[in-house]
Amino acid sequence: MILRYFKYSFNDILKNKLLNTVAIITIVFSVLITSSIILFFINTTSILNLWKKDVKIMVYLSREASDGNINEIQKIISGINGIKDIIFISKEEALNILKQQMKRQFSLLENLKENPLPNGFEIHIIESFQSWQKTESIASQIEKIPHVEEVEYGQKWLARFSGIINIFKLSGYALGILFFIASVFIVANTVRLVLYTRCDEIEIMRLVGASDSFVKTPLYIECVLQGAVGGIIGLILLFFIFKSFISNVDQGIISELANINFFSLSELLLILICSMFIGWLGCFLSLKNFLKT
Amino acid sequence: MSNGNNENYLIRMFHVYRRYGNNTALFDISLDVKKNEFVFITGPSGAGKTTLLKLLYLGEPISEGQIIVDGINLTRISKNNIPLLRRKFGIIFQEFKLIPTKTVFENVALVLEAADKPARFIQKKVASMLRSVGMEDRQNAFPLSLSGGEQQRVAIARAMAGDPKIILADEPTGSLDAESAEQVIELIRGFNARGSTIIITTHDKTLINKTGGRMIYLKQGRLWHPPNQN
Ligand SMILES: Nc1ncnc2c1ncn2[C@@H]1O[C@H](COP(=O)(O)OP(=O)(O)OP(=O)(O)O)[C@@H](O)[C@H]1O
Ligand SMILES: [Mg+2]
Repeated sequence: MILRYFKYSFNDILKNKLLNTVAIITIVFSVLITSSIILFFINTTSILNLWKKDVKIMVYLSREASDGNINEIQKIISGINGIKDIIFISKEEALNILKQQMKRQFSLLENLKENPLPNGFEIHIIESFQSWQKTESIASQIEKIPHVEEVEYGQKWLARFSGIINIFKLSGYALGILFFIASVFIVANTVRLVLYTRCDEIEIMRLVGASDSFVKTPLYIECVLQGAVGGIIGLILLFFIFKSFISNVDQGIISELANINFFSLSELLLILICSMFIGWLGCFLSLKNFLKT
Repeated sequence: MSNGNNENYLIRMFHVYRRYGNNTALFDISLDVKKNEFVFITGPSGAGKTTLLKLLYLGEPISEGQIIVDGINLTRISKNNIPLLRRKFGIIFQEFKLIPTKTVFENVALVLEAADKPARFIQKKVASMLRSVGMEDRQNAFPLSLSGGEQQRVAIARAMAGDPKIILADEPTGSLDAESAEQVIELIRGFNARGSTIIITTHDKTLINKTGGRMIYLKQGRLWHPPNQN
């Protein structure tokens, strides 16, 4: 019976080449656009995650802070949730580190009459607290402590960047949903047109004893196949676009930033299943009000 | 499911009405058809002959009254069982109703495919049906390339392919010359001899006289000579 349904679907596809092509092209576009948006976000988040590793917060204290103050501040900071460890770096140590880092310009520092650097703390954050929101909240808690002059975490700008990415992400989701709906709509209309052109035929089939599932199943197979074909073509196109994008971007930057990846096999399968679902849904919607009597 | 008192009745109609808005196409029809009977329904154009056949296979809903076909009460049948009801019938439609995008072979095979018969059986059965109506040479032709008489024969092959209990033929000789009409009736008689119950609508009085069998006369949606005296 399954084979028979497939035979009917293939006959239908051959007889409605134009309609099927239109439906497939729509699915190709929607898969192409939605998956390239997804691909973009997967890669930007992976770059962000890479930079985010081992978040370090630097706390600089004011000159007026006494040793007692320093001890107190250390206690307060240690008490904040999410702090892994806190290391005191005296201004002398800081100067030494600086001197080591700037060997060539050593003379420049040699002439200093007094140490211009403040005392400070280097703070490491527990891994589970290494999200932007949490790092930010820890930093702002520390900022409120008296005698703390400045709190810095090197990836501060990234936090802002991640905000922008979030906005991008939202509009990306919106765009993806929009295209999903559009393709379901077009597939549904394709099926509806097919039903229109074959109204008489379907009526005859039912009069000679065909059950509804006998009429419907080939249409469902047809639509799910459209979804699959559209999905595969869309992903292949995306792969080539991706490849040419990679080869056009400076190789050095890419290897430095992170390894930018294409979809994994399971992600590809998921996208394929989604595009088949588009076909199924389109069919379901257009058949919903058909064959009622 | 409600069996009539008499097992011999294949079709029973009780006070059946069919209305289209204000227009009543069938008016208080009560009649029984026995197993293996050969019945003609005749009457002027617009009398309701086609409508009566349609009600039997639920091609149209019954407005009022009851119909029982082979023990199935049509007013209580569930939607899922309608295909099963229709497979009891072999229907030769007034306008043939062949599917223009399918070949002659595919048109006949459709009935058997819908009834979920195995492919090998279908192959043999369709070939033998087409042979019996003399259309085996045209099995790959499309219906619209056939003459009216040829289409009629394909329609007959399709109606008979499922070995139906009841054959409904709506004006099967209407568009045929006398000789072809004779052949068609001969074919149908063959199925009657093998046990099928036959209901044929026709305008052709001479056909009825020649063939014999019971005659039901319809006029303006009413039975003219009710076979069951009420
Ligand atoms: N779908 C419909 N909508 C409205 N009226 C209909 C419909 N089908 C049939 N009728 C009406 O029902 C009546 C009976 O029609 P029917 O087709 O049964 O006649 P008939 O006896 O088969 O005629 P003919 O010999 O011309 O085939 C007619 O008055 C017709 O106008
Ligand atoms: Mg008629």
